[in-house]
Amino acid sequence: MNHASDSLAHHEGNLDPVKAGMITFLASESAFFGTLIMVYLFNLGTAFEPEREPYTPGKMLDLPLALPGTICLLLSSVTVHYAAKMLAQKKDAAFRLLWLATITLGIVFLGGTAVEWRDMIHAGFNISTNLFGSSYFTLVGFHAAHVTVGIILLTLVLALSRRTRAIHRHEVFAEVVSWYWHFVDGVWVVVFSVVYVFGR
Amino acid sequence: MSSSQLHVGEVHAHEHHELSFIHKYIFSTDHKIIGIQFLFTTLLFLVLGGALALLVRTQLAWPHAELPWISSWFLESNGGRMTESFYNMLFSMHASVMIFFVIIPLLAGAFGNFTIPLMIGAPDMAFPKLNMLSYWFMWPAFILILVSFFAEGGAPAAGWTSYPTLASSSMPAGQGFDSPAAPNSGHGQIFWLLSLLFVGVSSMMGSVNYITTIINMRSPGMTLYRMPMTIWALFITAILQAFALPVLTVALILQSLDKLLGTTFFLPPAGLEFANWETGPGGGQPLLWQHLFWFYSHPAVYIMILPAMGMVSDIISTFARRALFGYRAMILSIAGIAGLGFIVWGHHMFQSGMDPRLGTGFMIATIMIALPSAIKTFNWLATVYRGNVQYTAAMLFALAFVAMFIIGGLSGIFMAATPVDIYIHDTYFIVAHLHYVLFSSSLLGIFAGIYYWFPKMFGRLMNESLGKLHFTLTFIFLNGLFFPMHILGVAGLRRRIPDITNAVLESPLVSLNQFMTLCAFALGVSQFIFIYNFFYSLFRGEVSGRNPWHSNTLEWVAPSPPGHGNFETIPVVHRWPYDYGDYGSIDHLKQTDPPDPSHPSGQHH
Repeated sequence: MNHASDSLAHHEGNLDPVKAGMITFLASESAFFGTLIMVYLFNLGTAFEPEREPYTPGKMLDLPLALPGTICLLLSSVTVHYAAKMLAQKKDAAFRLLWLATITLGIVFLGGTAVEWRDMIHAGFNISTNLFGSSYFTLVGFHAAHVTVGIILLTLVLALSRRTRAIHRHEVFAEVVSWYWHFVDGVWVVVFSVVYVFGR
Repeated sequence: MSSSQLHVGEVHAHEHHELSFIHKYIFSTDHKIIGIQFLFTTLLFLVLGGALALLVRTQLAWPHAELPWISSWFLESNGGRMTESFYNMLFSMHASVMIFFVIIPLLAGAFGNFTIPLMIGAPDMAFPKLNMLSYWFMWPAFILILVSFFAEGGAPAAGWTSYPTLASSSMPAGQGFDSPAAPNSGHGQIFWLLSLLFVGVSSMMGSVNYITTIINMRSPGMTLYRMPMTIWALFITAILQAFALPVLTVALILQSLDKLLGTTFFLPPAGLEFANWETGPGGGQPLLWQHLFWFYSHPAVYIMILPAMGMVSDIISTFARRALFGYRAMILSIAGIAGLGFIVWGHHMFQSGMDPRLGTGFMIATIMIALPSAIKTFNWLATVYRGNVQYTAAMLFALAFVAMFIIGGLSGIFMAATPVDIYIHDTYFIVAHLHYVLFSSSLLGIFAGIYYWFPKMFGRLMNESLGKLHFTLTFIFLNGLFFPMHILGVAGLRRRIPDITNAVLESPLVSLNQFMTLCAFALGVSQFIFIYNFFYSLFRGEVSGRNPWHSNTLEWVAPSPPGHGNFETIPVVHRWPYDYGDYGSIDHLKQTDPPDPSHPSGQHH
């Protein structure tokens, strides 16, 4: 008549607290980027007069320039996925290699953004130029900041992996960092589609 | 059973670990200490917010009074009288302090931290260090908001809503921070924005921690449908916070960028002239701020009341000695209020040039919130009905919460109806409504919670006679202060007007304002009874023992105050928390009481 006996076992099927915390955090982060993307779309829809304005999405955004970085970031999602798999299978050398590849691809992505921004700023287009500049640099800038945080976290895990015991004690940490990285990549897919593909 | 014995060993290992004073009380990772830290700091801010409110009331009642005792602070040119921009600052900061530094951190920070692990039978939060950080991230916020009072140009004065262009005018090159649109929207506004960003980070850490703890750390047998209402309310509030807060974070960041980097998110396009400058190229939408701000701030009003509703549910059931009526309906109605809270933000913007068809949608969604709210109210009444009611101070505050929430809830429906809102918008009617919900409901709920959990926090009972005196005076004077605001509002008195003596239509209302101000001061003075009682009981109160209220929930199984790790043995839960009634020699069955065929649980599945 009472459910106490079956619920005593309740503890065991639980998600690791670090994973549950990361899921909550990422859900909250998606609200953050969701809002920034809404603001971008809202501004795109209201304030542009493309004929008169020298700095518009069509004139400033260069798809071929943004594409290599995007491909790198997408690839890094694949490498980090297999890296986490290798770690779980205790293949430490393969893990380190794939993890390092992820970091490298992330840095290449940031380098691509830096080159893109340098050209824009040389052309006289920056965050205070117009509403498009404000929206573009804010959205892409916050994404780049998240990529940077991701690279720092990935590097931290790589540093841990120099000692076999340390990294296997922190397997869950490595796994949630890989989740974060997937999330940042996923956000870029949306940002890229909105900004570079549909928004031009 | 083996798993729970394992836990017991861990708990004892914790207890042997002696902590230095700094680790125990300052940089503590113990959820109880963190909760008490939140309690003390936010009560200090309550004093500050209350003082600002009394200054607001002084100006409204005697607008021409000379105030020599504060004139050295802000009055150079106005002959000892309050300036209008100082008045603007007062109500802006009163609201900002009360909302972001008192009500939210008291409910989520103080009560959330203190009750969650205790009521679900956990030794601590899932992430104790993150929990400590969430408190220490409040300190930059505390300091920044206090510094803003002394900033060049004074504290922000554009209202707690900080609508652009009033608050967010950019600072053209060469003019520095002396922003021309609003006198106080320079440095002070920037401090306000940064301060709220820190509050946001702190709340974010808190809600991640609360959600994880409630999902992961429940003791054996504590199924979701055996959790007390306090925990359900805090759980749903944390989810609300996790999803709504990022929207405010974005809005705050964008307004900061407008002010610091010259973006134009919330500034109108070129061609508009302000006092001595005109808007630059680009041009955004001031209305966008209102959408983002209210998309957070409407859910935020539920963040400010749902935890109090949960606490009051448990307190009423305990002191009525009856099972909470409609437990599942109570949970669903909290979830319903939270869910609807995300789609009603537009009702703050009926007067912002909204298409009436869109307004109708927001109106219907808003009025639907009356449904879950009414379910809660009737369930509270049904719980008390035929109960063996014990009128303790905590119970009196909890019952007053219900009564005042009815008034605040009903006046909300007036505002939700677009045709009525056109008339009462921005009048004292809305001021009455929000104070009935925030002061008379949330704050009375907080008082109920303090009287109720004080023995668990400090091991001593608060004085009941002083508690009842505090309740009686608070109840009388808050109604004397806030109820006439309905009348003022319907009579057409606009809010945020510093001096009505020269207005033909509004000047007859001055004498009522004077009555309200006298009530406000009496209300303020009454709180000294609480302060005295609090500190006296802290050291000299009657020792309470584990379970002074004969309550069922898990925190009362632990010692008072609970040691590091909370429970001597991990409690095993056998029933829901509301088995009050006639069980032969006793009138309640604790959640840890083993199942007994002669005393079936009152919970029906």
